[in-house]
Amino acid sequence: MMEEFKPVRSIFEIPRKERLAPGHRACAGCGPMIAIRQILLVSPEEPIVVNATGCVEVATSVYPQTAWIVPWAHVAFENSAAVASGVEAAMKSLKRRGGIDKERPVIVFAGDGGTFDIGLQALSGALERGHKMLYVCYDNEAYMNTGIQRSSATPYGAWTTTSPFGKVWPGKRERKKDIISIVASHGVPYTATASIYHWKDLMTKVRKALSYDGPTFLHVYAPCNRGWRFDPSLTVEVARRAVETRFFPLYEVEEGKYRITVPVPKPRPLEDFLSIQGRFRHLLRPEYREALETLKKMVDDRWTWLERMATATSKS
Amino acid sequence: MKDPKLKPQLRFQINPGGWFEGGSSVEYTTNDWRLERPVINLDKCVGCLYCWIYCPEPAIIPLDREGRGPTKVEVDYDHCKGCGICAQVCPTKAIEMVREEVKV
Ligand SMILES: Cc1ncc(C[n+]2csc(CCOP(=O)(O)OP(=O)(O)O)c2C)c(N)n1
Ligand code: SF4
Ligand SMILES: [Mg+2]
Repeated sequence: MMEEFKPVRSIFEIPRKERLAPGHRACAGCGPMIAIRQILLVSPEEPIVVNATGCVEVATSVYPQTAWIVPWAHVAFENSAAVASGVEAAMKSLKRRGGIDKERPVIVFAGDGGTFDIGLQALSGALERGHKMLYVCYDNEAYMNTGIQRSSATPYGAWTTTSPFGKVWPGKRERKKDIISIVASHGVPYTATASIYHWKDLMTKVRKALSYDGPTFLHVYAPCNRGWRFDPSLTVEVARRAVETRFFPLYEVEEGKYRITVPVPKPRPLEDFLSIQGRFRHLLRPEYREALETLKKMVDDRWTWLERMATATSKS
Repeated sequence: MKDPKLKPQLRFQINPGGWFEGGSSVEYTTNDWRLERPVINLDKCVGCLYCWIYCPEPAIIPLDREGRGPTKVEVDYDHCKGCGICAQVCPTKAIEMVREEVKV
């Protein structure tokens, strides 16, 4: 079941009503905060936000103030999807008993650590039970709030404090977990990746996700200048290059159909993305050539796989 | 408890019941985080609002004309942290980052 929704076509149709106040303590140029703002701006109704522990939660709720201009709940690191399930079920029950006329959207904001690792079980449960919610994972590719530790969302070859590079290690030795496939395998109606540079694509996906009567999931690429080691002014540029090099493909899985929403027919060299970030710069040195080739192959293989999935599921 | 040694904005009293005003973080200014301030040349600004859509604070305020085409913007210097994203994304290079004077 899906309601009507309109793709975002112009910046001037976006309501100017801010749902996040300034004065929060996120670092200058924080990518996750850009993602949160864009999503809140485009939500057609005032949502109820459930927020897992992480940079966004810590930076927005420094006692005795809050940056949220919407109802907001923070419980723990691992259970944001469970809390959102409860909020949704409570609204349903209240509506049935005449306490409220209308349910509001429930949006979860959780980091990659809070989603790919520690919140995965609660997320899986909520998806399986079919609660109507939009779960947003803002992905800054490590546990940033505790000081840049690797997560299962950290890409191969990236430096973090717990995946250093040296004579033996090239940075993180494992690949990034494919969270979209995990979510899609629950048979949810809509799941997609998005990035802060491509705000129109991101905002359209938010509208689309919220129009579904069921669980939906967005995986939003949100560069962290602190942890990725780049100048704060480059946050949006890094997000842009991630897409333009095919490092982070923008696609959706809607009712089982894969579609690449931002095609990249002529990808830029991967080095354009790697060279502006301290966490990857070592890969450009001759002694890490093998690791660089491994990473490039992962990026190519993933794109080929996506194109195949898109072709295979477009028929029918 | 009020502690007179703290910055005025950090002296607070606990609200009865632990209740907070939505959006009350505006009371906290982050202007002293800034190394460079964005200065907008309104003659060059075409009102595309890219700086607004990408601001993490938000500290870019669109000026009126909601829903009626191009608009101009101003900066909330109490909260701008000087990240410089606005200057970086501006297609007409209407925003210049200017070094802040050091206060001693
Ligand atoms: C159960 C539990 N374990 C550990 C922590 C400590 N902790 C707080 S924030 C955080 C990192 C969060 O990482 P992520 O979800 O990626 O969000 P980010 O900080 O990167 O935005 C950790 C480990 C916690 N709060 N609760
Ligand atoms: S460490 Fe990264 S994610 Fe956390 S507030 Fe700073 S820029 Fe944002
Ligand atoms: Mg993270």
